[in-house]
Amino acid sequence: MSKNSLVSISDYSKDEILAILDSAADFEANPNRKSLDGKVIATLFFEPSTRTRLSFETAVIRLGGSIIGFSDAATSSSSKGETLNDTIHMVSCYADAIVMRHPLEGAARYAAEVSPVPIINAGDGANQHPSQTLLDLYSILKTQGTLENLTICLVGDLKYGRTVHSLIMAMSHFNPTFKFIAPDELRMPDEYKVFCKKHNIAYTEASELNENFNDADILYMTRVQKERFQDLMEYERVKNVYTLKNDMLAHSKQNLRILHPLPRVTEIDPDVDSNEKAYYFKQAQNGLYIRQAIVSKVLS
Amino acid sequence: MEKELKVAALRNGTVIDHIPADKLYKVVAILHLNTCEQQITIGNNLDSKKVGKKGIIKISERAFAEDETNKIALIAPNAKINIIRDFQVVEKRPLVLPDEIREIVQCANPNCITNHQPVTTRFFVVNDEGNRHLKCRYCEREVKLEEARII
Repeated sequence: MSKNSLVSISDYSKDEILAILDSAADFEANPNRKSLDGKVIATLFFEPSTRTRLSFETAVIRLGGSIIGFSDAATSSSSKGETLNDTIHMVSCYADAIVMRHPLEGAARYAAEVSPVPIINAGDGANQHPSQTLLDLYSILKTQGTLENLTICLVGDLKYGRTVHSLIMAMSHFNPTFKFIAPDELRMPDEYKVFCKKHNIAYTEASELNENFNDADILYMTRVQKERFQDLMEYERVKNVYTLKNDMLAHSKQNLRILHPLPRVTEIDPDVDSNEKAYYFKQAQNGLYIRQAIVSKVLS
Repeated sequence: MEKELKVAALRNGTVIDHIPADKLYKVVAILHLNTCEQQITIGNNLDSKKVGKKGIIKISERAFAEDETNKIALIAPNAKINIIRDFQVVEKRPLVLPDEIREIVQCANPNCITNHQPVTTRFFVVNDEGNRHLKCRYCEREVKLEEARII
């Protein structure tokens, strides 16, 4: 088993998180290097992904490394019934590190247990997606100048949304205040509210978006993800509950920035895109620098 | 008198007493007694002042490691483990819930890797202000101790 794997944001201490953010800033200043010259990175995407896969692959290529892998489980041996254990052992014969997305929760932890090379979790079902969390932190730091004492409004699917769960855990190092805004069906699960209480993190809950975010520094929107619902009737009931429109931002703080892990569907109206507070596309670009920092760290 | 007779009837071995009657066969499964070759006596639905109806298991000429018997703490925390030598109780072993539970619990999350691939289940025991939970090492979901699904 490799000790350098990144499976969950909780694998990193506060100091390690800050070091990654520092490193990402260095890569942003100078993204093209040859520090991975001769290295081969496997990207195993058992589940569809656009941003995450492309940004990991771009990160490796800009650092001089090479990419092998697949972007569709149907083209891998898993479609023939190969176990994840066998796939990981086979791929680790060829690659120096493995970036993996898998639909089953816990797949990344298991892969990290059995793999002789580092595993980077690029999302395991509804569980963890630590590189997304780190790029969220980097985006918050860049737009606010600090991670400390911020008010963060989390909106949308707070029940199934793994990005918001990981963000709560990561921000717990920095004394945040949270506002959870979600329909009743998609409220923040109790275990994360218990986590907040244990870490003395203030939070409030609401079920209306309106202008409930006027005192927030960060407005973190999420998509109601159809694939996370076992009951599609429930999905149909809640999918269009929240749509952020430009005029709703009139009374928001000057420093407010809107984040979204993307892809968005209906939750942010396109008329918001031209507002200077819209940051979600730059946020996606930040993913490149964060992933350069992560790949460099696990191979260090 | 009845209890003393049951214990005393064993020359050497292990007696597991005060098992709630509805947990008896789960204890049998946890300790893999179905494959044990020693003599085993199993009694169930015996009257008990402490637990109403109880089960008892006597295993002759067999000693269990503490980490084996501690697995019982998951489902029958008040069971009593007596180690017998020459018809005498030489050790009353307390049950201590281990920090990690392997194999015997199934993850309640249907989308957990352990429910789809040949992966041994592992759970951390989380003590949250007196409320004990099991947290899956893999999918990180938590389940209340009393709701844990025994394989």
